[in-house]
Amino acid sequence: MRKQGEPSTLDDDAIGGEYGSGRVAVDAVFDSVSVATTFKEELKKAGVIFMPISEAIREHPDLVQKYLGTVVPTSDNYFATLNSAVFSDGSFVYVPPGVRCPMELSTYFRINERNTGQFERTLIIADKGAYVSYLEGCTAPQRDENQLHAAVVELVTHDDAEIKYSTVQNWYPGNAEGKGGIYNFVTKRGDCRGKNSKISWTQVETGSAITWKYPSCILRGDNSRGEFYSIAISNGYQQVDSGTKMIHLGKNTTSRIISKGIAAGVSQNTYRGLVTAHRKATGARNFTACDSLLIGDKCGAHTVPYIEAKNSSALFEHEATTSKISEDMLFYCVQRGLSQEEAVALVVNGFVKDVLQQLPMEFAVEAQKLISISLEGSVG
Amino acid sequence: MTALLEVKGLKVQVEDNEILHGLDLTVNAGEVHAIMGPNGSGKSTLSHVIAGKPGYEVTGGEILFKGEDLLEMDPDERAAKGVFLAFQYPVEIPGVATMTFLRTALNAQRKARGESEYSTPDFLKKVREVAASLNIPQDMLKRGVNVGFSGGEKKRNEVLQMALFQPSLCILDEMDSGLDIDALRVAADGVNALRSKDRAMVVITHYQRLLNYIVPDVVHVMSKGRVVKSGGKELALELEKSGYAQFENKAA
Repeated sequence: MRKQGEPSTLDDDAIGGEYGSGRVAVDAVFDSVSVATTFKEELKKAGVIFMPISEAIREHPDLVQKYLGTVVPTSDNYFATLNSAVFSDGSFVYVPPGVRCPMELSTYFRINERNTGQFERTLIIADKGAYVSYLEGCTAPQRDENQLHAAVVELVTHDDAEIKYSTVQNWYPGNAEGKGGIYNFVTKRGDCRGKNSKISWTQVETGSAITWKYPSCILRGDNSRGEFYSIAISNGYQQVDSGTKMIHLGKNTTSRIISKGIAAGVSQNTYRGLVTAHRKATGARNFTACDSLLIGDKCGAHTVPYIEAKNSSALFEHEATTSKISEDMLFYCVQRGLSQEEAVALVVNGFVKDVLQQLPMEFAVEAQKLISISLEGSVG
Repeated sequence: MTALLEVKGLKVQVEDNEILHGLDLTVNAGEVHAIMGPNGSGKSTLSHVIAGKPGYEVTGGEILFKGEDLLEMDPDERAAKGVFLAFQYPVEIPGVATMTFLRTALNAQRKARGESEYSTPDFLKKVREVAASLNIPQDMLKRGVNVGFSGGEKKRNEVLQMALFQPSLCILDEMDSGLDIDALRVAADGVNALRSKDRAMVVITHYQRLLNYIVPDVVHVMSKGRVVKSGGKELALELEKSGYAQFENKAA
């Protein structure tokens, strides 16, 4: 079995190989209410707390009080305030010092009810030297009305701790005319509070009518590291505006941003990101690569990077490319027997491979399928 | 007997330019045909139209493949029926491992023909066998499709796919372009190994050189969108001496 935290390899030896052998503890949240949490006993043995936040507030009030709202203040932005006012449930994770969480933790969110919003709250704390990998998945059935998803996620890592947070988001994007769909306005932020700590965000965004989402890292501890790996796909009338903020405060902090945007149909796909080095952030380093792929001639891809260096020793690199899926590439594939849609899916999966490899294996395979599905009807 | 490939009075235009002006060509199973001609005579256009590349408008004539109307089929359907085009410039697909590509393509073709898909072990065994016979190292199969391949490697990858898919019609578009003599020999040996009584090949080339390695049964000379002369392999040698000029005048 693959060790946790190792990147999955999607090369030839993996094709059709042993997927799904890993164990995953799951918490399911339907319409902001947590309905089930698995593997509770085994996690308890390791000292890991993984439960609905509503239960955590009752059972571990000291922990919740100490951390809740310290990364994303209630007044942070309109939707964070709304969430802070009305959130009913979500997930809570605490990994005690020196503990490597024995399995992947996962929360599955689903909006079932009509005319409702989802306002879940997630709080994850990795204490000194702890490690946890967490994955959230999101789906919603088709509705004609627009629905709001306004989540807040807060991550805290202490000295030498690491949190790996992955998202596979497949909220309903609306119909072919752009009617209905989820407004996905979430605030996600991690605080690398301790020295040598690390927070890594990986996201696969395929759904939602409108997405505004910028999972960020505050690199407060010296030598701390932030990572952001993103695949954002927009088709039909979808609008995606997503990216990250890497805020370098401590000394010798490093960050890495790899963003892959794919736009099809009449969609608009924007990468918006901030990389900033504080006055005292001596030796801050960032590498950013934003690649965009256009399918068809009615969609748009935009890259909006903000870069601020207030410390003269900061070293920031930014690379960006925009390319169109080429007719020659597609013809080569169909000449070898692939249908147009299979060809597009194959080329796109190649384009996003660097990011897919960051996902835990089980989810990388799911994400690959999801990418093919979300691009259906994008050529022809 | 039905011919494997029958092109009758084919007229093709790109935008408003007619490139093929009523081309005829008949290829039987088991035969190797060479099509020679100067730049702009329509050789590549013919190969693209047979394979179904978008951007060409067929304004007249027909193409029959095993007696069926090829122009009615989508390009992937043609591939599943056994039409294979070895590209002059094979396309790079970054991030897609060659092995994954081969498997996806082979299984897509098998599925289209109503055959069962290969299991992973069976597929790996088959690819490794074929690759070994073409001197293709395993690590090349793990790299992105044609990404960073040398000219020779790209052409060997085309031959590998030919050997794997076992098509009944192979069209080789300028296989010799960009190859040194050693690379050419390796690729040509691979092609020769695939000659069989059930399979036909159409070899498109400027130069006689390639035909020293892949010896054709029939040679056609194309000029200005038509086949202007056909003959045996000695015709290629004759061309090497006298050039294409005589045919250009004839066609005009």
